[in-house]
Parts: sequence; C-alpha cells; structure tokens
Amino acid sequence: MTTATVADERIARTSTLTKLLKRPEIGALVAAIVIFVFFAVTTSTFATASGSSTWLRGASTIGIMAVAVALLMIGGEFDLSAGAMTGFTGLVVGVLTTEYGLNIWAAIFVSLALALGIGAINGILVMKTGLPSFIVTLGTFFVLQGIDLAGTKALIGQVAIQGMTDVPFYNQAKNVFGSSVDINGSGPGGQIYASVFWWIGVTAVATWVLMRTKTGNWIFSVGGAQTAARQIGVPVFKTKVGLFMTTAGAGWLVGMLLIFTTSTVQSNTGVGQEFIYIICAVVGGCLMTGGYGSAIGAAFGALIYGMVNQGIVYSGWDNNWLKAFLGVMLLGAVLLNEWVRKRAETAK
Amino acid sequence: MINRDKKSKISSETEESTAGVAGGATAAITPDVESTAAEAASPVTNVYAPPPRGTAIIEVRDIGKRYGNIIALSDVSTSVRAGEVTCVLGDNGAGKSTFIKIMAGAHEHSDGELLIDGDEHKLSSPRAALELGIATVYQDLAVVPLMPVWRNFFLGSEITKGFGPFKKLDIDFMKKTSKSELAAMGIDLRDVDQPIGTLSGGERQCVAIARAVYFGARVLILDEPTAALGVKQSGVVLKYIAKARERGLGVVFITHNPHHAYPVGDRFMLLRRGKSMGDFPKSELSLEDLTAMMAGGAELESLAHEIEKTMGADSAVAQEMKAEIT
Repeated sequence: MTTATVADERIARTSTLTKLLKRPEIGALVAAIVIFVFFAVTTSTFATASGSSTWLRGASTIGIMAVAVALLMIGGEFDLSAGAMTGFTGLVVGVLTTEYGLNIWAAIFVSLALALGIGAINGILVMKTGLPSFIVTLGTFFVLQGIDLAGTKALIGQVAIQGMTDVPFYNQAKNVFGSSVDINGSGPGGQIYASVFWWIGVTAVATWVLMRTKTGNWIFSVGGAQTAARQIGVPVFKTKVGLFMTTAGAGWLVGMLLIFTTSTVQSNTGVGQEFIYIICAVVGGCLMTGGYGSAIGAAFGALIYGMVNQGIVYSGWDNNWLKAFLGVMLLGAVLLNEWVRKRAETAK
Repeated sequence: MINRDKKSKISSETEESTAGVAGGATAAITPDVESTAAEAASPVTNVYAPPPRGTAIIEVRDIGKRYGNIIALSDVSTSVRAGEVTCVLGDNGAGKSTFIKIMAGAHEHSDGELLIDGDEHKLSSPRAALELGIATVYQDLAVVPLMPVWRNFFLGSEITKGFGPFKKLDIDFMKKTSKSELAAMGIDLRDVDQPIGTLSGGERQCVAIARAVYFGARVLILDEPTAALGVKQSGVVLKYIAKARERGLGVVFITHNPHHAYPVGDRFMLLRRGKSMGDFPKSELSLEDLTAMMAGGAELESLAHEIEKTMGADSAVAQEMKAEIT
C-alpha cells in the first residue's frame, strides 16, 4: 500500500517537472532569477526595499503592455500603436480635465472609449483588408504620434500636461491608479505602486483567460492556424478584434497609471516602447509567428527589462548598454523559442 | 432486419424517383454490414442516433456554382445516405472542392437545389452546416499543430463549467473524453497533452474524424483524406471511413484515387471540368470502369495512337493499350 502510493507520487512528480520544463515561460523565469542574483550581488542597492521599488515600478507598466501584446502575438498579430496609445490616453484625460474642465471620471471613460475604438479599428482593418497587422498598426502608430504631438500643442499650447493635481476629484483617481503602499516603514523609499498590483492582476487574468477559458483556446487557434480555426467554427473575426481592443485597453490602463502616478504626461510618452513590449513577449516565450506563448512569460520578460534597466544604473555603467543588452536578449530568446517549438512539434 | 431494409428501400424510392437501382443495391449490401454495425455501435453511448440505413440525408439536384461569368460547377446531382459512402472523384480542377464547399457551407450554390432531410437549404457558413449535422474534415487544415490533442479535439465546441465570468474549461472531462474517443477509433495516445503536430498525418486525420463523429455529425465530408498519405497510412484512414459508415453516418469521400474509393464506396459521382460524368451505385460500376472513366477514354485513345507512332503498331505496349480501349 505505502510503496504503491510512494511510487505513484514519484511518477506524478517527475511528470510535473517535465511539464514545467516544456512551458514557454521557463527560459524567462530562469533568466530573471539569474539577473536578479547578479545585480543583487554586484550592487548594494539593487535588492534593498527602495532599490526594488524602483525597478518593480519600471517593470510594471511595461509588463501590463507586454502581457496584452503577448496575447495579441499568440493570436498571430502585432500592434505597433501600443506604445503611442499609452501617451494618447493620458493626454486625452489631461487635456479634457485641465483645459476643458470635464469631470475626471468622465474624462477617464472618454479616454477608454477612444482607446477601445482605435483598437477595434485596428482589428477591423487588419481582418477586412487582409493586410499584415504590422503595416496597419504602423499607420495607427504614426497617426497617434502625430495627434499626441501636434494635437496637444494646438489645444493647450504646450507639449506636457500641467496642473493635473488641481483638477477636482484628482485624488480619487490617484487612489485607484497612482497610490502606493510603503513596505519599508520608516526607512527611505520602498513604495510599492498601484501599477505593480495592476500588473499582477492583469497577468493573472490574462493567464487564466489563456489557459482556462474558451477564449484562450480560440486565441491559440487563430494564431496557430487561422484557416483551420475558421473551418472548425472558431469566431476568428471576433477573437482578433477583441485582442486588438484588449491591447488598446491595456494602453489606456498604462496611460492612466502614468498620468496619476507622476501627475503629468508628455506628448511623446510611450513612443518607441512598442518594440520593448514585443521583445518582452518574445523573451517570455511567444513565437513571432503566433500560436504559442504565455502571458506570465511576458510578465517575466518585463521583469527582466525592469531589472536590467535599473541594474545598469546602480552598477554605474553607461545607460546605453541597455539597448545592446535588449538586442542580445531578443536574439537569444528567438533562437531558444524556435528550438523549443521544434522540440514541441516533433518530440513524442 | 431484412424487413426494415425493404421498408427503407421503399421509402427512399418514393422520395427520389431516380433511386430505384440505388435502393436495390443498398438492400443487397446492407445485411452483413448492419450486423457488424450493431456490434460496433452498441458500446458507444455518445453517438448521434442515426436514421435508418439508406435514408437520404442530403440530396443534390442539378447544383451549380458561378463566380461572376466563370462556371465552376454545373448540373451535379447525387445523394448522401445514412450508413453509405458517397465517393466524389475527379482530377485536379474538376470542381471537387467547389462541390464540397457548397455542402460544407463555405460557398452558397448559385443553381439547383440542395435538400437536407427533404428541405431545401442554402448553407451560408460552416456553422450552419454543422448545426445540420454536416461536418467537414479538410485535408491538412483540420488541426492547429502547436495545440495539444485535447484542445484540438474540442476546439470551437469547448466544454465549460461554472457560471458567468468564472466559466472555465472542464479540462479533466475534455482530456478523458478525447482519450477515450480516440481509443474507440483505435488510436492509443499516451498523452493527449502532446501537441497534435507530433502525430502522423493519418492519425491527425483520424483525430479530426473522431472529433466530427463525437460532435454528432451525421454527414462527414472528407476532403482528400488520403492524398498526402503513404500506402499504410491511407489504409488506416480507409478503415475509419468504413467504421464511420458502420456507425450509420453518411460519408462523402473526396479523392482522385479510384483504388481508394472503390473498396469503401457505395455510390460514385465523377466530376470533370466542373460537370458531372454521372452518379453510379456500386452495382453498376466495376473498378475497371471507374479507373477508365477517371483516366478519360478519349485521352487513353490518343495516348495509344502516340505510342503506336513512336513504338510501332506491333509493340507489346501498343497492343495492350488497344485491347484496353476496345
């Protein structure tokens, strides 16, 4: 009796381990641990409460976007307008409240509606025209960038929002999007910002949707084999448009987190970040070709980005090394993913 | 049992005036098939209860499809009956794909009538076809290679539990069911969690067939299931076609290989250049006839002439060709 139970458990244990090793996010998890240990050992501030507070905050907003972009990439599409969207949504709220005196919550919802609308346009254009999403969203990206820069300047005569803190009910919104918890007691620094909790929440929901719901099944299938999915009866159009809207919605969330944490937003906020989201998703195990990947992996990817971004500063190196590091990470991840995919497709 | 067969023969005769010979042929074949079917079908509980063997499920009358001024298909008639295999044969570009796409709901027909259970239908989407119990298994588009077997099995018809926003996939049930359903089809998988891309081509076809059967298909449309397979794998797929027939499903088997079609087929419809060359029950057609019709008599003749010219009229090949034609 007892021996049989023990033997059973042993089988279960090895199979969970192999299962774990087959997960797409495992590479990013290992890399994240290695990088954490490296900076924790080589610098004195990295692993302190105030040090980690900084890189967690940096990772969180990137992470929310990376998770949404990962879902979209698993669904087989890209969204280059995701970065500019974070700036756009923040600017909409800033301009509507500081310049036109709109209620802050109304402005937040207008901004959300605009974001979802633009996401839907992205999706519908891609699906109706059959053009690569890379091109369609490149167009949206430039349109948004133009509006962010020129539109803001035309409306308020400046390139940054000012006076957000004077807006009525600002503190209500700040509580939701921009507050922080102090985990360091009397010591310096050590705030965990709301964005970190949002990041964890978004990652958890995305993982649940992806692995445990119908919608998740559909996302994998439309990215893996769109024609097959359509023949079988998966609502391809709805799934893909939904994914573009999710990415835009995440852009809105990040826009809100940025504006209510710093109480200002610049016209060029988010521009250039779209590729970082994609890199994080790929580092987290997403295939460029779609149909494979993980939301939690993208969150690890963002964690790596956040840690390296700040670790380089703490180490006193030239900040620009970050770019070189990102390139190496991307190439390494792509090669690793391809290898994993081939193994997944052939290994019995 | 024989009495029931006679009844179904009579009813199909009254339904369709041209079915006289076909009904006779069915009655001749049916008895021994049915006895095995009863054995095979009894342990399986989750299968759609089929109508009596030989009942026409789909009837196609002078159907046609035009794309603008291009006529892709015209004047095609045949029927799909419960417990029978209707083979659609034709060379590349003969209009096979157009024909099945009409029945699968991918294209609407522009001429003629498509009767399902006696009622006229125009199928506007694959979903519409599925709701009527018509499932299509496409040649290599049937599965998503990187997804696990069980996810593929239930794709588009996922089983969920829970309510509202907490509705989640019933993973245990789906894994168990896909494993047992595949076992019933003779595929024993160690792990239904493996990506379906790791299975062989024949096995993947069979997963697709098992899936369609499980979800209550009463008509299975198989688009060239053996085209990309080797001899042994083709045999496996043919076995499942026979099994589906035994379960009482109507099967539409598209192929360009008469040697694959003849052993499992009950009815043969030949297409050439978008036109039907006839719709024959098995009793009216031998394998030789079928092969000759597929190859095309006229083309064989011109080939014989050519061989005569180059190799001389007395050569063994030319003699053989002549004998074949006359």
